[in-house]
Amino acid sequence: MNFDLTEEQQMIRDSIARFVQDDYDWDTRRAIAASDSGMSDKAWSTFAELGWLSIPFSEEDGGFGGNIVDTMVIMEEIGKGLIIEPYFPTVVLLGGLLKRAGNEAQRSALVPGIIDGSVLGAFAYLERQSRFEIADCLTTASSEGDSYTINGEKTVVFNGMNANKIAVLARTSGSQSDRDGLSLFIVDADAEGVSRIEVPMMDGQRCANIRFNNVKVSADMRLGAEGGAMETVECLVREAIIAQCAEAVGCMGTLNAKTLEYTKTREQFGTAIGSFQSLQHRMVDTMIAYEQAKSLLFKAVCEFKEDPVSADLTVNALKVLIDRNGKRVYGEAIQMHGGMGITDELDIGHYAKRLMMIITTFGDATYHRAQYAAKAYAA
Amino acid sequence: MDISFAQEDLAFRDEVRAFFDEQFDDELVSRLRSENFKEAIVDWQQRLYKKGWIAANWPVEYGGTGWTPTQKYIYESERSARGIPGVIPFGIGMVGPMIYQFGTPEQKEKFLPGILNSEVWWCQGYSEPGAGSDLASLKTKAELDGDHYVINGAKIWTSYAQYADWIFVLVRTSNEGKKQEGITFILVDMKSEGIKVNPIIGIDNEHNLNEVEFNNVRVPAENVVGEVNKGWTVAKALLAHERTGIADVAQSKRNIRLIKEAAAKEINGGRPLIEDPGFQARIADLEIEIMALEFTDLRTIAAMAAGGFPGPESSMLKIKGTELQQATQELRMELAAYYQGVLPKYMSEEDLGHSFGPEARVSYMYGRASTIYGGSNEVQRNIIAKYVLGLE
Repeated sequence: MNFDLTEEQQMIRDSIARFVQDDYDWDTRRAIAASDSGMSDKAWSTFAELGWLSIPFSEEDGGFGGNIVDTMVIMEEIGKGLIIEPYFPTVVLLGGLLKRAGNEAQRSALVPGIIDGSVLGAFAYLERQSRFEIADCLTTASSEGDSYTINGEKTVVFNGMNANKIAVLARTSGSQSDRDGLSLFIVDADAEGVSRIEVPMMDGQRCANIRFNNVKVSADMRLGAEGGAMETVECLVREAIIAQCAEAVGCMGTLNAKTLEYTKTREQFGTAIGSFQSLQHRMVDTMIAYEQAKSLLFKAVCEFKEDPVSADLTVNALKVLIDRNGKRVYGEAIQMHGGMGITDELDIGHYAKRLMMIITTFGDATYHRAQYAAKAYAA
Repeated sequence: MDISFAQEDLAFRDEVRAFFDEQFDDELVSRLRSENFKEAIVDWQQRLYKKGWIAANWPVEYGGTGWTPTQKYIYESERSARGIPGVIPFGIGMVGPMIYQFGTPEQKEKFLPGILNSEVWWCQGYSEPGAGSDLASLKTKAELDGDHYVINGAKIWTSYAQYADWIFVLVRTSNEGKKQEGITFILVDMKSEGIKVNPIIGIDNEHNLNEVEFNNVRVPAENVVGEVNKGWTVAKALLAHERTGIADVAQSKRNIRLIKEAAAKEINGGRPLIEDPGFQARIADLEIEIMALEFTDLRTIAAMAAGGFPGPESSMLKIKGTELQQATQELRMELAAYYQGVLPKYMSEEDLGHSFGPEARVSYMYGRASTIYGGSNEVQRNIIAKYVLGLE
């Protein structure tokens, strides 16, 4: 048993931390979030130059051959620095689908672009009615000869405005919530019939609602077998949840550190507020909340590394704990910062909003607790 | 022990309903949600004023309604059930009672009418950058110069200062003795020379809060309310008043109703969330707490009606009320799932694909302030520990 990072993983961690310190401070991040695109071309080229975009891809695809531990390391640093560049939608989501279901031609057409930073990705899976059931899919893809025609709408697509390649989940057979009959397609964002409405989010992400009106896509751009996409998607979602929970752990650690620092320096009643026992106990609890979240993250990562399917139950558990403990950590951070905690100016609220989005993405605690119970206590 | 409504209470309820039906019209609702919020809320308050219903908690002699606790309860329940906003608290709820309780006859004559008819918008100058929970450590200074005080310093977290005509301010007039001594409560015209309002954008991405700077602001000495250097008495009385309405049980009840309505429509895996046992347990837990708080609130109202001002027990309402407000806001936000994150407040349902996500976000984010303002919940717990439980 060993929970240490390899030397390479430590180098990745340190290089991202250095990048945040030198090139991505709070004012820079604010300016990027307020810009038209909501991302920084300069930061993105740095990501490409330093090889971070190549990490999860196999060496034969031109990547670094990293695994889930590497993804965890990167995402935790992204969380600490509150980086809003579209690493998650591009590398983890689109890249993850290509890795799992893409054939050699598809991978060689797209992975190099992800690695060099020219491909910005998105995965369009959410629909108005679907909530956390990804198989609840009304978007259709009908086959005609060697192409498909996609019709439907996807909502709150992460990186949906900036993406130039969008993975779309669409129904090729079956009815509304059937697990079978779903297929994945890679669609060019500028294809005829694709229209996007910008949906800016509170955590700085630029999402989009995307409508597909008779969008033609070549059968070559179907990822995996027709009708069999859900297995791929479920595997991807497990990895994506672990990645985002690592980001959440990064956010939580930073919030705790900043709050601790603040309570040591903020004076009221003639003394630092950190000297009050009632606050001390609550800060002990947020520290424990963070450590517990990190422990469950490690368990999920270790299991996933062995066998992605075996991590299934732990991933449900992790989502429940990140929801509960994340809320506790950001709630106390805001409360202990007092009035300052409820301003847009301070970063505390922005970490909170990022945590809120992670908590709801791919299902909140209410959803995952029910999933967990159904699997763990089934007769 | 009896909670049934008397015949005259039922008649009063019908009158309230009829008034809201007639006066709280759709046109007003859309104006309240627009950029013209101030004008709309003033319009609404003036309709209440004309009806004689603007000041439920004031004594009749100063223009109060003279309602019984039951009538207040009925009014608040009907109001919040329809999502009708409460009266902006700074005039009616805060400075008004201080003026009729501590003010001179001249002050009452000068200020009370403008508060009642909503022609004068007030804001609150209490907190300072260095004086939050520890309010008594405030440093904004007022020095006597002839028959004027000259004020220097800054106040922060001032809600709606951008709209305000007047501000009531706690200032330091003496550094002698304990820090609670030497504080004075004074009324300042926002048009005075030397006042600067700096906006603060909140965690909800809205502009409600401000910093108010005072640079050699000259204020007539006759604007002091109560005794000079005895402002802490006024300050505490005001905070106790602020705490009474702060439980806002009616608002939490409304939120529960909205959650139940939305949970019946929000489908997950073919089943409405309201049928999900996990979600049901969460609503039930909240509803039970709110049920109890409603009666804790009623007991306090009844005790107040029997005489006197709210005591330190009102801190209990503040703590439990705000925590339940936050819990209901949180559940509503969770119900919105991904759409809780949507930033634009007024995106159409057609474009967005969801109806209440952005509204739930603003309410949840703004709601984070409620356990901080009006004396943080930590301070409220200290008050109960010390003055109710006698723990030193």
